Amino acid sequence: MSFIQVNNVWQEYGDQVVLERLNLIVREGEFCTLVGASGCGKSTFLRLLLGHERPSKGEILLAGQPLVAEPDASRGVVFQRYSVFPHLTVLDNVAVGLELPRSPLLGRLFGNAKREARERAAELLRKVGLGHALDKYPSALSGGMQQRLAIAQALITTPRVLLLDEPFGALDPGIRKDMHALLLELWRETGLTVFMVTHDLSEGFSLGTRLLVFDKVRHDPHAPNAFGARITYDIPLNSDRRAALPAPLAERLQSQLQGA
Amino acid sequence: MRLINRHPDRGGRLLLILLPFALLLFAYFAGSTARLAENPNDKLLPGAAQMVDAVQRLAFTEDKRSGGYLFWQDTVSSLGRLGLGIGIAALLGLCLGIAAGTLPLLSAPLSPLLTVLSMVPPLAILPILFIVFGLGELSKVMLIVIGITPILARDMEQRAREIPAELLIKAQTLGANTWTLILRVVLPQLLPRLLIALRLVLGSAWLFLIAAEAIASTDGLGYRIFLVRRYLAMDVILPYVAWITLLAWLMDLGLRQLARLCFPWYEGAKA
Repeated sequence: MSFIQVNNVWQEYGDQVVLERLNLIVREGEFCTLVGASGCGKSTFLRLLLGHERPSKGEILLAGQPLVAEPDASRGVVFQRYSVFPHLTVLDNVAVGLELPRSPLLGRLFGNAKREARERAAELLRKVGLGHALDKYPSALSGGMQQRLAIAQALITTPRVLLLDEPFGALDPGIRKDMHALLLELWRETGLTVFMVTHDLSEGFSLGTRLLVFDKVRHDPHAPNAFGARITYDIPLNSDRRAALPAPLAERLQSQLQGA
Repeated sequence: MRLINRHPDRGGRLLLILLPFALLLFAYFAGSTARLAENPNDKLLPGAAQMVDAVQRLAFTEDKRSGGYLFWQDTVSSLGRLGLGIGIAALLGLCLGIAAGTLPLLSAPLSPLLTVLSMVPPLAILPILFIVFGLGELSKVMLIVIGITPILARDMEQRAREIPAELLIKAQTLGANTWTLILRVVLPQLLPRLLIALRLVLGSAWLFLIAAEAIASTDGLGYRIFLVRRYLAMDVILPYVAWITLLAWLMDLGLRQLARLCFPWYEGAKA
């Protein structure tokens, strides 16, 4: 069964067509990297998956149900910037993800529940290598550390889908490599379905189990906005890692590839 | 070295800070001495001795008629009005600003209204306030509230809009509803900015307070200044003005320290 199904999705802003006739089936646990030229609509597609925008035409199904048209706890997200709350300490930035869903009135927990939430948050933070900085504010962290925090924050709610919008775009190459290792480790552990927009082709190839290339197939030189981008290439990658997916999933993927 | 690259050192800096104040005082007392030498009963530029006398009389001797200490009574009632007015305005401005800046459905009716209301000159409607709320405390507090609330609300609205959309989306993916999003993301990020906005409107708040007290009051710093104006009592007016200035400066300093103490993250987050 498909986990995410995109059926004939179009996205238009006024006259400008950004995405056209998008069809995609993604199985649970896949790591999709989205690449393409600037302005080709890959971030738009991510916003559609996030529920921040609604498609002009077509529909997106998540586990067979139409996608909720606003951001919710089923989809975690990490942006390139502004992903963490500047007014909360590192620990609270993550613990808030446990407090908000459980306390619809005050948005915070007290007593035992609070301590438990903070312990769980601290555990996750130690795993991403921020155990030493629990009481710091994000502004005191380096760019790489802030993105580690953002990833931990997105994972604390145990979402089913993780959306990454150029999460490592502002980091230097050494740090980026560390972040790749961390991300792959977390992906293996959690079995999340990941969508990651990136400008870095090698990053796209090395991280994903599937590379989606967004590009325009039709051009009208007199009306550059008349046609939108589609997924022009859909490349399976890293067969070793795909094989390491939970067995039935890997089989399904294999059979799908042979069919393709 | 170019002027733009030259910085004062520690001692030089202190000297430069004190210099204009010293010059002002010198100019005043030079003028005062000159006038007093000509006419010892001159009231226009009283000397230090006359002002100390006046302060002694008002602050440290019982008033024969009321049995109280006028200076301190004036201070207490003025600060009470100011505090109440600023407090109410801050609360109102914060609520209106958050509503207009965060919720598109409330922004549509609120934003244009706030813009128009902030253009109404508060002093022009002071008579209306006296008619509607009487000559008591309420109308004075209301003048301060009406005077600074629209400014605060518009500033808070603007600041709320400046919160990156990413953070609001992020909070929703972490399970926040509208209310908890405001409570845990928008409100804490706006509070330090509210303190900054309050520092900026402090001057206006004092202006409205003095104006209201000057027109209809029986005590207060503004009332006293306008009362003794009839006797050309500059020896009272000048210490009162200095005292008001000192109070305003202390409040400004207090707000700044409060912001630094309560929101240690704010300075770093701006960078």
